[in-house]
Amino acid sequence: MNFDFSDEQKAFGEQTRRMLDALDPIADARSTLAGQIPYSAKAWRGLARLGFQAVTIPSEHGGLGLSPLDLCTAAAEVGRSLAPVPSLSSAYVCSEAIRLFGSEAQQARWLPGIADGSIIGTWAAPERGVELMQTTVRTQFLKDSLWGAKAPVLDGVVADLAIVLAATDRAAPILTLCELNATGVHRRELESLDPSRPVAELTFEAARAEPLGTADWRAWETIQARAAVLLAFEQVGAADRALWMARDYALTRKSFGRPIGSYQAVKHKLAAVYAKNEVARAHAYYGAWAIASDADTLQLAAAGARLAATEALSFAAQENIQTHGGVGFTWESDCHLFYRRARHAALILGPTSVWKQRALTGLTEQLESTLS
Amino acid sequence: MDFEDTPAESAFRTEARAWLESATRRRGTADREDAISPPPLSERLAAARAFQRKKQEAGFAAITLPRRYGGRGGSAIEQLIYLQEEAHFENFGVVEIFGVGIGMCIPTILNNGSEEQRARYLHAAIRGDEIWCQLFSEPAGGSDVAAARTSAKQDGDSWIIEGQKTWTSGAHFSDFGIITTRTDPKAPKHRGMTVFILDMRADGVEVRPIRQMSNETDFNEVFFNGVRVPDSFRLGQVNDGWSVALSTLMHERAGIGGRSRDLGWRGLLHLANANTMNGAPASSDWRIAEKIVDSWLIEFGAQLLSARGQTALSKGQAPGPEQSILKMLKAPLLQQNAYLAMEILGESGLLTQAALGDAWREVENAWTFGAGIRIAGGTDEILRNIVAERVLGLPPDIRIDKTVPFSEVPI
Repeated sequence: MNFDFSDEQKAFGEQTRRMLDALDPIADARSTLAGQIPYSAKAWRGLARLGFQAVTIPSEHGGLGLSPLDLCTAAAEVGRSLAPVPSLSSAYVCSEAIRLFGSEAQQARWLPGIADGSIIGTWAAPERGVELMQTTVRTQFLKDSLWGAKAPVLDGVVADLAIVLAATDRAAPILTLCELNATGVHRRELESLDPSRPVAELTFEAARAEPLGTADWRAWETIQARAAVLLAFEQVGAADRALWMARDYALTRKSFGRPIGSYQAVKHKLAAVYAKNEVARAHAYYGAWAIASDADTLQLAAAGARLAATEALSFAAQENIQTHGGVGFTWESDCHLFYRRARHAALILGPTSVWKQRALTGLTEQLESTLS
Repeated sequence: MDFEDTPAESAFRTEARAWLESATRRRGTADREDAISPPPLSERLAAARAFQRKKQEAGFAAITLPRRYGGRGGSAIEQLIYLQEEAHFENFGVVEIFGVGIGMCIPTILNNGSEEQRARYLHAAIRGDEIWCQLFSEPAGGSDVAAARTSAKQDGDSWIIEGQKTWTSGAHFSDFGIITTRTDPKAPKHRGMTVFILDMRADGVEVRPIRQMSNETDFNEVFFNGVRVPDSFRLGQVNDGWSVALSTLMHERAGIGGRSRDLGWRGLLHLANANTMNGAPASSDWRIAEKIVDSWLIEFGAQLLSARGQTALSKGQAPGPEQSILKMLKAPLLQQNAYLAMEILGESGLLTQAALGDAWREVENAWTFGAGIRIAGGTDEILRNIVAERVLGLPPDIRIDKTVPFSEVPI
């Protein structure tokens, strides 16, 4: 039994934490709130210097040729820091989609730039006003061109390319790869609950695109599940930070003559936050194992990681505000930055209801396999 | 990251499994943890003692205990691996009967006892010759272990014990107990306690069974009327009993918190597949299905947390603080699972196994045991305090009784 990260993996997390701490990414997150910057270029470059974007990319394409497992500890630190960087869009989704499903030419064309952080990728799957399902994709891929509209697209304003889910004349939708600076692509920024993770609407009018290898809906679900695990690490990192913010405040803030952290109403609540965080961390670890070992239970493991992490960050962020009292409700407090990130992370890769459905499917399969 | 044994662990697991195959039989799927009509206590005790002796002779009875006291001198990870393997086999109730003694009393004597005491008691307990219980809780103090009012007064080279303990598991079949007593009522509560070994057959010890809400009797009230205990039975220094008691409690929570065959998500999903709601399997109704997924999240999360603890042990490290939440997670879950199972059956959910069949006993047990396990071995509330204070470093509760003489603390 070695249900833990290696010393090297832990060291990568610590290195990432030191780098991000020195940059004060919360200040950058506030700048995104004020609309001054779309993301933190300096944090993104700092991550590139550590090899964050290159971890899973093969060495022949300028990467480190490691496993997504080697990215998890750093992902937790990105979450903890609240750094406004396109980690989810570029590193967890787009990069992995091209690496796992792209043709050799597509990998050679895009992965080196993604690896050094100079190219930012994203994905464009959901469409407004309709639940994202295999049968509901309206964006069309016809004769090498995309037609339709996608929103919300994470980092859609700054991204250089996107993996676009599109219907074809065949039965099921496929994944396509589209350069976003091409003619026929229009970008419009949409206001996000969490401006440190900005979103856009992308409109395609005969925009040139190509199929991403032979990737179909099933490939999309795989990409989504793998990214959900890495996002879960970000959520757990942020939830930890929110918990310790609340704890630190509860030690210093006094009411009725003593620290509020000495009242059981506060102590027991923070103990409950801790418990949810630890359950989420355990599920995230299992998700990491499932990705690294290509386990049959990947969808169930990813659902567990995503559901537990979403629950943990939602609870930690809301109770962090509550513990801070009136101060927690102010713009000046950092509490709302975590509250924003919590909702954004809960929705961006699909809502809880979708992942509970996947979990039930996985549990049903597991029960049937033990009964048969 | 993996879930594999190291070569040494794998070899130990094979050895343990091979021994279990030879010494007992694998549990079948039809076996239930709690037999519907259990054999008489005397028969159960005889079977447990016989299996415990075989375990001890094979070196599996107290794996981490030094060899000179009858243990194996093994590691914590070996202990865990053995228990994982034993869970698949008929073990004749040894956990219920010897768990308190070997899990709590024996480590307490090992850590606090004299060499004579260790030599006298450890081996006999591990062999199953002598059964132990823990006499801490009193009518006026369960969570508040340091509030013991049972008194011990010195009389020559012995002590006279007066008072009452309660919630004592297994007192009715125990040979010895570890008891907390008040030896200096003028001192503050934590500084006037002394711990003794108590012969449960001494004159003046009276055990009365407590009938639980489940209609079972696992624990007891124990009364002491002028019970004489030699000073050689004292554990640790006079009035230093609190530190001895703490060392016992440290071993308690590790052993409590859900049994392997408790009602879990598998049982719930199976039930939901087999029963209909709105004319379709209940598992396709999201009012039910969502609760099953939520239950799995906690159950499997707790299992993964245990795997993290096992990893630490495997590396020869102490398990992390996250292990302290396991009981806090699992105990309330059991109650919730029972409610959900009953909900799936609709009105019929209010019937008992007498009408619904033997398998329903699992649900009834979860319902009653779930309520009890949230209290036993540290209530949910005490556990939250422990996490808040020891893990998060929040201030202790204000205690008005901590510095005043115990005799002045209001009852």
